[in-house]
Amino acid sequence: MSETVKNEVPLWEVFIRPRNGLSHKHCGSVHAADEVMALQAARDVYTRRGEGQSIWVVRSKDIVASDPQDKEELFEPTADKIYRHPTFYEIPDEVGHM
Amino acid sequence: MYSQGLIGADTSTEESEEFLRAFQERIDAEQKIEPNDVMPAGYRKTLIRQIGQHAHSEIVGMLPEGNWITRAPTLKRKAALLAKVQDEGGHGLYLYSAAETLGVSREQMTEELHAGKAKYSSIFNYPTLTWADIGTIGWLVDGAAIMNQIPLCRCSFGPYARAMIRVCKEESFHQRQGYEIVMTLAKGSPEQKAMAQESLDRWWWPVLMMFGPHDSDSQHGDQSMRWKIKRFSNDELRQKFVDATIPQAEYLGLTVPDPDLKWNPEKNDGRGGYDFGAIDWDEFWRVVKGKGIMNRERIRDRRKAWDDGEWVREAALAHAQKRAERMAAEQQAAE
Ligand SMILES: [Fe+2]
Ligand SMILES: [Fe+2]
Ligand SMILES: [Fe+2]
Repeated sequence: MSETVKNEVPLWEVFIRPRNGLSHKHCGSVHAADEVMALQAARDVYTRRGEGQSIWVVRSKDIVASDPQDKEELFEPTADKIYRHPTFYEIPDEVGHM
Repeated sequence: MYSQGLIGADTSTEESEEFLRAFQERIDAEQKIEPNDVMPAGYRKTLIRQIGQHAHSEIVGMLPEGNWITRAPTLKRKAALLAKVQDEGGHGLYLYSAAETLGVSREQMTEELHAGKAKYSSIFNYPTLTWADIGTIGWLVDGAAIMNQIPLCRCSFGPYARAMIRVCKEESFHQRQGYEIVMTLAKGSPEQKAMAQESLDRWWWPVLMMFGPHDSDSQHGDQSMRWKIKRFSNDELRQKFVDATIPQAEYLGLTVPDPDLKWNPEKNDGRGGYDFGAIDWDEFWRVVKGKGIMNRERIRDRRKAWDDGEWVREAALAHAQKRAERMAAEQQAAE
C-alpha cells in the first residue's frame, strides 16, 4: 500500500492476545503517528469489551508476506510427502494405540 | 448497515472468461478471498465502494445520536449512548481498515466523503428532533443494520467478513438499549407515549428505504450475489425486517404508519408475513442525491471535525519524527 504520502499518518497492524495461554492474533489495523499512539488507538478500537490482555502493534510496511501467486511452489511440495503423517505407517492392531 | 442499499456500484470487469470462471469456482466452493489474492477488478471496485460506503455510514451515523449525548435524560442513558456512539466510531474504523487492504488509502476515502463524492446511508440525513428518536434509531436503524450485517459475516471477502463479525457482536446492545428507551416512553405518561409514536411515524419509512431499491430496480445486485458479496436481495431483507419488527411495535402499543400493512398467511412460502404499502422512492433518491434535510450539515460537521483535528495530527507526526531522530542519534553515539 502507498506509504508516506506527505503527512500521511502511518498504518499499523494490530495483534491481540485474548488471554494468557493463547497466541496473539491479527485483528485489523489503525493509523497512528507513533507506537505509543498506535497502542492507545488499538486499545480503543479493538478492546472495548475485554477482548484482550495484551496488544502488539507492528508497522504495516515492516510486514513481509508471501505472495499468494507462489502458493504452489511454497506449499504444494508438502502435499506429496505423505510419509510425514502417522497414518502412512502400518502398525498391527495387537500393538495397541500408538 | 447500510451497505445493503449499495448506491451506484459498478461491477463491470474486463478479465478473460477463463480467469473469471476460475474465480467464480473459488467463490462457489465458499473459499474466502484474501487481500493479496488475484481478483477481478470489478470485484475489487465493488468491495471498495461497498465497504467505503459502509464505513462512512458508521462515522456519519455518530452525528445524529451524538446530538443527544449532552441532553440524555439520566446518567445511565448518557453513559449507554456514549458507549453506543463510540462503538459506531469503532465500526467505521474496522471497516476503513478492511477497505484499506484492497489498496485504497484512508486519505482518499476521507477526501471523497468530505467532497460529497462518497455516499453513506440516506437514513443519517434525517434529523434527531426528540429524545424518542434516540430510542427509535437504536431499535429500528440498528435493527435494520443487524438484518443486513448478519449475512455479511459470510461475505466472500475475508477482511470484510471478519469486520462484520466484530460489528455484529456489538450491535445487539445497540438495538436493545434503543428498544428499552422506546419501551420506557411507551409505558410512560400520555405525552411520552405520544413522543414515541411521533418518532416512529417519522422514522418508519426512511428505515424501510435503508434496504435499498427494489430488486427489480437495482442493476448490480445479481453480480454481487454471484460473487457472494451479498447473500440476500434488498427485498428479501426488507421483508424479514418488517416481519420481525411488527410484533415488537405491537408489544409497545405503537402503530406503524402504514394503512396498507396487513398479515398475509400466504407470504414467505406459506409461513405468513406482512404486506406493506408502497415506498416513496422519489424521497429516497432526493435524499441520496443530497436534498435531504441534513445532508449539508452532516458533511459540514465531518469536515469541521477533520479540520479542527489538523493541528493534532501535525503535532503528533512532528513529535514522532523528533523522537525517531533522537533515537537514531543516540544509537549512532552508542556505536
Ligand atoms: Fe450501525
Ligand atoms: Fe454500527
Ligand atoms: Fe449500531
